[in-house]
Amino acid sequence: MHAEGHVKKLLIYLRDYRKESFLGPLFKLLEASFELIVPLVVAAIIDKGIAFSDRGYIVRMSLVLVLLGLVGLACSVTAQYFAARASTGFVSRVRHELFSHIQFFRYETLDEIGISTLITRMTSDMNQVQTGLNLALRLLLRSPFVVFGAMIMAFTIDTRAALHFAAVIPLLSAVVFGIMLVNIPLYKKVQGLLDRVLGSTRENLTGVRVLRAFGREPDEIASFMERNNALTDMQKHVGRISALMNPVTYVIINLAILMLIRTGALRVEAGILTQGAVVALYNYMSQILVELIKLANLIINITKSISCGNRIQSVLEIPAPDGAESGAANADAGVPSPHDADTAVQDGTAKAADSPDGMEAPCLVSFEHAGIRYPGAGEESLSDVTLHIRRGETVGVIGGTGSGKSTLVNLIPRFYDVTEGRVLVEGKDVRSMDVSELRKKIGIVPQKAQLFSGTIRDNLRWGREDASDEEILEAAECAQALDVIKAKGGLDGRIEQAGRNLSGGQKQRLTIARALVRRPEILILDDSSSALDFATDAALRSALRSLPFRPTVFIVSQRTSSIRHADQIIVLDDGRCVGCGTHDELLAGCGVYREIFDSQFRKEDRGA
Amino acid sequence: MKKTAEKRTAEMKKTVKADPGTLRRVLAYIRPYRFFVIASIVLSGISVALTLYVPILLGRAIDHIVMPGKVDFDVIFPLLLRIGIIVAATALVQWVAGIINNRITFEVVRDVRNEAFRHLQKLPLRFLDMRPVGDITSAVIADVDQFADGLLMGFTQLFTGAATIAGTLIFMLRIRPAAAAVVVVLTPLSFVVARYIATHTYRYFREQSAARAAQTAYIDEMLGGLKAVKAFGREKRSIGEFDAMNEELRKCSLSAIFFSSLTNPCTRFVNNVVYASVALAGALLCIATAGSAAPFTVGSLSALLSYANQYTKPFNEISGVVTELQNALACASRVFSLLDEPAEIPEDTDAEDPRAVRGAVTLKDVYFSYVPERPLIEDLDLSVRPGQRIAIVGPTGCGKTTLINLLMRFYDVDRGSICVEGIDIRHMRRHALRDCYGMVLQDTWLASGTILENLKMGNPDATYEEAVAAAKQAHAHSFIRRLPQGYDTVIGEDGGSLSQGQKQLLCIARIMLCHPPMLILDEATSSIDTRTEIRIQQAFDTLMEGRTTFIVAHRLSTIREADVILVMRDGHVIEQGDHETLLAKGGFYASLYNSQFAV
Repeated sequence: MHAEGHVKKLLIYLRDYRKESFLGPLFKLLEASFELIVPLVVAAIIDKGIAFSDRGYIVRMSLVLVLLGLVGLACSVTAQYFAARASTGFVSRVRHELFSHIQFFRYETLDEIGISTLITRMTSDMNQVQTGLNLALRLLLRSPFVVFGAMIMAFTIDTRAALHFAAVIPLLSAVVFGIMLVNIPLYKKVQGLLDRVLGSTRENLTGVRVLRAFGREPDEIASFMERNNALTDMQKHVGRISALMNPVTYVIINLAILMLIRTGALRVEAGILTQGAVVALYNYMSQILVELIKLANLIINITKSISCGNRIQSVLEIPAPDGAESGAANADAGVPSPHDADTAVQDGTAKAADSPDGMEAPCLVSFEHAGIRYPGAGEESLSDVTLHIRRGETVGVIGGTGSGKSTLVNLIPRFYDVTEGRVLVEGKDVRSMDVSELRKKIGIVPQKAQLFSGTIRDNLRWGREDASDEEILEAAECAQALDVIKAKGGLDGRIEQAGRNLSGGQKQRLTIARALVRRPEILILDDSSSALDFATDAALRSALRSLPFRPTVFIVSQRTSSIRHADQIIVLDDGRCVGCGTHDELLAGCGVYREIFDSQFRKEDRGA
Repeated sequence: MKKTAEKRTAEMKKTVKADPGTLRRVLAYIRPYRFFVIASIVLSGISVALTLYVPILLGRAIDHIVMPGKVDFDVIFPLLLRIGIIVAATALVQWVAGIINNRITFEVVRDVRNEAFRHLQKLPLRFLDMRPVGDITSAVIADVDQFADGLLMGFTQLFTGAATIAGTLIFMLRIRPAAAAVVVVLTPLSFVVARYIATHTYRYFREQSAARAAQTAYIDEMLGGLKAVKAFGREKRSIGEFDAMNEELRKCSLSAIFFSSLTNPCTRFVNNVVYASVALAGALLCIATAGSAAPFTVGSLSALLSYANQYTKPFNEISGVVTELQNALACASRVFSLLDEPAEIPEDTDAEDPRAVRGAVTLKDVYFSYVPERPLIEDLDLSVRPGQRIAIVGPTGCGKTTLINLLMRFYDVDRGSICVEGIDIRHMRRHALRDCYGMVLQDTWLASGTILENLKMGNPDATYEEAVAAAKQAHAHSFIRRLPQGYDTVIGEDGGSLSQGQKQLLCIARIMLCHPPMLILDEATSSIDTRTEIRIQQAFDTLMEGRTTFIVAHRLSTIREADVILVMRDGHVIEQGDHETLLAKGGFYASLYNSQFAV
């Protein structure tokens, strides 16, 4: 629980629910107070009602008991309501914060944490926090209150007898919390072992073809059983310890009751206590045990929630410097900022339309000794790249797997930041520019074609919110995507989650269209025609050349045929720029380029 | 996965009824532990009886503490000693019972999991391909876990709960039937109240599940595509959409949580009423019977009150346990339905292992379809001589991988036969058949573990030097060497941080280490750049020399060099022959060739 500080920071999101977080526990305590009066009433029934045979008194006191129950019910329902309001409101707020925060993560951070982790944080961790907070608001104060309340009530009855309570409560607490403290880390181990069993199963299924092809089934079974046995042994070990809880507390509390009755007997004999008071003391003692066990279970639950809360908080604490307004977005969530996405996109297009051939800067994009080393990587993925690209040029980027092609183009929209040198757009260091302003100039078609559930129109309008159907269709025509749209039933055709109902080539063409809808100043095609056949690829390239808004185009490819007509071709090898020039210049002067070209030229040309 | 889990809980609530067959099967798993079960039941009975006996003795002690001068220490002290001994005995019995329950539960669960996993190894791919991995994993892990929870709760609380109710009733009746009657009559009320609340909150839970599922799907999609979201500056927009769903979920959760949390206060109120009634009835009885031959004493009242508390509690617990048990059975039935899936056809007892495989493969009159209504491969004949290269060509999704499925016997042919060296592959041991092939699939798959372990997957006895040699041949050595721990670098599930190209290089190296007589290659070079590819191609050429190779090919050079080209379209093999013959024929291959490769 050393990381409690984390969760405390998370709790500031409770501030809108200050009233609820206060009233919930308060009403719960009221309910508990009424519960504590019950033994006194019973004692009164015995000492006054029975002792003096006063039937009317007994009936009245019984009604008091029912009344106490009724008031308790009302308090409790009120408490539950406030607790539910506070916990759901709080978690909803945290979900918003986290989701917003993640939106502004940099690519490095996303790569490092992994999307599946973020999804877990957003879903199951949130649910656990909600449950934990709800329980905490309802019960965390109640149980200690009843325990100490019972002790105080006992003191009001008889100090000597109440001393037993003072002795028993620490003892019981030591046992209950001791067992719990021993068990919590063990439960974590159980969870870890269960994850290993889960991993075995998953991997066995995802790799079923390979595993069967290699005949590894017996080894798989052996390793699964080993992990499964380890899990079972740990579960039994933990079980043996938790099984101690009930018997040990039972013995302690009953021994305390025996002592209490012994003392009680002596005190009654001495005329200090009444019989009813002894029964009341006995009842209070019984209440303590129930509450302590409840408290222990509660704490286990809350501990789980705390660790989930810590995980959430640690994601929230990862700086998201991407976009200066990420902090602002968190602070005034929901309030539309002047930089709202829609207006921003409009601004961008207006600018693009105003200056289609603007020549204000000699170089639209420049790299000056740019280099990047990914966090945790040993070597630089890109080092010392210097390039100057003029407006309207078509730039080809070619190189082997892992040569840094994608890295190079990802530096332009500032998906990653350089660790050496700098990257300039329109003469300004991209790190000094407003990220959203910068990205508005750029249309990017990523390697992995990602589409989202919704209509085709919705998806293509990602490029520009107010694009008309004509503009969308124009972009689609250039991207060779008209037949995809037709096949899916027009712009209203449905795209399923993550574009599952489209083939790779169809998705690629739609993502190209999406980037074109934006009419970007800079268009980046990151190996995004790999799933297109040669004919479509060629048609796409010639359509791009005749675009009316004349974007500067970066084409990343492994095929020389895709880039041979570029104004400038950049050849990368192992993160270094080993050649830069036109096709003919490179053929004459760049060994790596010639090698690539030969490897493909042989095939393609012989085929043609 | 989350989404299906949500959906499943929703379904589960609708159909909590598990058929009696499931219960019988659960009992069959428990059977080996029957002595423990009997011990558990007996011990629970003893522990409950002793627990209930203690308040009576305490009540008797209180009866001897009436007022000054009327405190009988001679009775009280021995009584207290007796109680102490009983309490100690009870605790011991409880502890032993707890350990036994744990043991039964966790060992039964272990057995179920082991059997499920064993069965998975034998399930046909026809089944596995149709089921999402998440579904099966959650049956083996989450469902079995839930089953364990239910089972443990059943053992610990169902017996003791039932015994407590029965025991309390007997003890109460013995103390004073009239007072006991009050308890018996009123208690079902709390049951009714709990039931009423449960049925009425179900709707809110369903709404919450639906809202949660919608939000989870959105999170899944938007975080999965976050890079695209950012590239288009859609962050604020997606936050806006998210917030709308978030607010919806908040409202639904509030209702669900609030209304369901009413159960406890309400049943507690009913219990309070019962308690008050017992106090009233008991106290009046005390007065009425005072001085009579069988007086109802204050001690009896105190015992009765403590019983009234104990009597109502197990009712609440048991209703919880029953839902939990139904839930557990529903989970168990999902595991069982997995176990019920028919395994692969067992191997012939007199199965022959092909000896001296040189690579002769014959397909004769082969018919195959995934679903009977859609025939796929029909009447395919193919005779492959040792060392021949077979290229399978066709547009995406034409069923090229189907052929691989049949060759490896991942699926069985519907009609006809496939023979290796003249032996029908259905008459071979599967391992023997699969050992004949080295396979590189488009979906590269690597196990979590070190690079070296992965390389040695097909040949665990290979030495480190052999592995390095294979990696060098596959041009994987240079990138492996640059990894932090070289060949001992641990890679996560499915290759972790390796690039697609690197993974493919590893898969190729893995095969290089096996020296199989035949090869199956599924466009293994699709994400490797052409320069690397050329080098791999050279390595492959050495590997393929003298080896029969089936290759799903997209690259022209591969296709042209093949001895036989199988042209597939919509699952059918429509043309067969070498490059020149097929081009001359001017059919589908010719048009495919012209559209794909002519620039």
